[in-house]
Amino acid sequence: MVETTRDTWDAERHANDPIEPGPVTVVKREPLAPNVQLLTVRAPTVAGKIQPGQFVILRADEFGERIPLTVADWNREEGTVSCAFLQVGTSTYKLGNLNAGDTLATFVGPLGKSMELDRWGTVLCAGGCYGIGSIYPVARALKEKGNQVISLIEGRSSFLLYWLDRLESVSDRVMIATHDGSLGEKDGFPGMVGDLLESGEHLDRVIAIGCTYMMYEMAMTTRPFEVKTIVSLNPIMIDGTGMCGACRVLVGGETKFACVDGPDFDAHQVDWDLLLSRRKAYLGPETDSAEVS
Amino acid sequence: MAKKKIVPTKTPMPEQPAPERIQNFDEVPYGYTPEQAMAEAKRCLQCKNAGCVDGCPVLVDIPAFLQLVADGDFRAAINLIKETNALPAITGRVCPQEEQCEGSCALCKRFEPVAIGRLERFVADWEAAQGPPTIPELPPATGKKVAVVGSGPAGLTVAADLVREGHHVTIFEALHEAGGVLVYGIPEFRLPKAIVRREVEYVCALGAKLVKDFVVGTSASIDELLEEYDAIFLGTGAGLPWFMNIPGENLNGVYSANEYLTRANLMKAYRFPEYDTPIVRGRQVATIGGGNVAMDSARSALRLGAKESLIVYRRSREEMPCREEEIHHAIEEGVQLNLLLTPVAFHGDGNGWVKEIECLKNELGEPDASGRRRPVPIPGSNFRIPADVVVIAIGQSPNPLIPNTTSGLETARWGNIIVDEQTMKTSKKGVFAGGDVATGGATVILAMGQAKIAAEAVNEYLETGDW
Repeated sequence: MVETTRDTWDAERHANDPIEPGPVTVVKREPLAPNVQLLTVRAPTVAGKIQPGQFVILRADEFGERIPLTVADWNREEGTVSCAFLQVGTSTYKLGNLNAGDTLATFVGPLGKSMELDRWGTVLCAGGCYGIGSIYPVARALKEKGNQVISLIEGRSSFLLYWLDRLESVSDRVMIATHDGSLGEKDGFPGMVGDLLESGEHLDRVIAIGCTYMMYEMAMTTRPFEVKTIVSLNPIMIDGTGMCGACRVLVGGETKFACVDGPDFDAHQVDWDLLLSRRKAYLGPETDSAEVS
Repeated sequence: MAKKKIVPTKTPMPEQPAPERIQNFDEVPYGYTPEQAMAEAKRCLQCKNAGCVDGCPVLVDIPAFLQLVADGDFRAAINLIKETNALPAITGRVCPQEEQCEGSCALCKRFEPVAIGRLERFVADWEAAQGPPTIPELPPATGKKVAVVGSGPAGLTVAADLVREGHHVTIFEALHEAGGVLVYGIPEFRLPKAIVRREVEYVCALGAKLVKDFVVGTSASIDELLEEYDAIFLGTGAGLPWFMNIPGENLNGVYSANEYLTRANLMKAYRFPEYDTPIVRGRQVATIGGGNVAMDSARSALRLGAKESLIVYRRSREEMPCREEEIHHAIEEGVQLNLLLTPVAFHGDGNGWVKEIECLKNELGEPDASGRRRPVPIPGSNFRIPADVVVIAIGQSPNPLIPNTTSGLETARWGNIIVDEQTMKTSKKGVFAGGDVATGGATVILAMGQAKIAAEAVNEYLETGDW
């Protein structure tokens, strides 16, 4: 018997090894807003590699669906990664019930292309719902690149907003929009962004992450002003490596796989009707596991 | 000595009756009993220059193993097979034997060949029933480290061979379960997942380490792995599904076979809602294609409750590339063949769901590069086939993820990684490749054959350092 070829799995020894990692365990799970949770896990492989805009695929347990989540934050030294997510279906409720010390059945990444980052000038970073978390590392990276960063967070009501302080720390300005007017601008963000652009404020780029409808609204708002707008698409996925084609989206008339060709695309080129339709594919009476936002 | 009387046909293998089996995902054939196996093995003529061995991509000594089965020495038979084939329970079930060993059997001239595949499967299953497999004595550790990327048939074979040489082997798998196409693609009713798990466990028991949920290319690049490992084998398969690029292909209900089968098999959607992953259970499912993947999809559709399951194929039955057994089982189960058709569009129901496939009728023209007669669409012959689920099973090519993230790794048309066929060396030093990633979509056994060549070359490279 030769020790070196027979050593058994040693989770402790491998816990911080990025090449042969141990199981991914939950460090912390905290609510950010009603139905929006932040899950922080120890995943040194992903933590060491992840870039703004990339995502991971998770499975809460052996029966779970593989679901993609954009990453909200990470700590390369501690080997931790955090994802914000909306609890809407079976899979995200399972994730929301995990506690510190629990092991995830699957946590794989980084997946997708990283977001294109450069010094463009003034960039509007908009986040809604889980996207408030996901837009934070994007805003942070753009600020580090020397951009003037305007962050925008939006939701139905003030109690659904979070991370205002974090976004303030990486932004030159933070704008807030709620549908009910409980905080910031009333009637949502499109009017606010439209007013901003009409007032002559120059935006070199807009980046929006949130539910499909929020990103669609942003695309429609910025289109007349011809401001380059990037969205992080969230179609249904399985493997996340280009193997199944579940995540096909039509961009500029061409079919793309969001998992490997994206997830970021030019919002003005996206076929939104198709995306919304494909997002709803499993919303039948027997498919309560599907998630649609 | 009286001339041996030859039984003209294969000993039948008991199987689930078709009306019953389309209600479940359990394996179709039950396998031989020891008596049936011995009787079948006795049909072998024990040819001196055995064509069956030449027909086998991994050169199993078939006459010798058949003699051992005929003698009832199943242990010796399985040990003999395992000298050259690490995954007999799998190949016995999924090899296209009619084109390989059985196709070269001397009995074929007048009778049915010896049921070599069934016997291979029998001895592998017999061994599994005897308890845990015996782990052979391993040589001392060489201290060399090898990374095997992908845990499909090629990766498992390379890993087993190199661990047996005393190397430290780590297998990286992107998905959450090891086995590659054996777990995400081939359905439970054709290859029970417990069998794949057993083979994976065997390779791990030999000493290989398995790292799941790790996407080589993004979780770590090939160049980063080369800092940790002395050699790398790429067995990443052909995971990129082909679509037809015709109107309506992105309608809901239109699946790639990869997605349809991955949902059903790997994610166990057939046990929804016990498992969380859903699948659309169509009433009329049309599968486009004529290979094994198409048969797997069409047969899965029946088991998922389809009232009708159709195959839509562009050539005729003769040209279908699937295994004989698959089409036989499919037809027995009620799968309907719609031949000589070219889909030209998918039409929706107005709510984003597929409703019909528009096809052109074909006639057969001159043979093409594959030697099969080319389908030629007849202009104006358009008609529509109703379908609420469509599965596109027209082939796949290697996933570009690794070539796209690796410098100096050359690929050919369709994205196949270019290899030297004598050694399976790629254009990048220290990196070998084999299986579908090198050949495009082929068979489990061809992948294993290439993996054996690669394992030998890796071993030599690790000893000499010569590239």
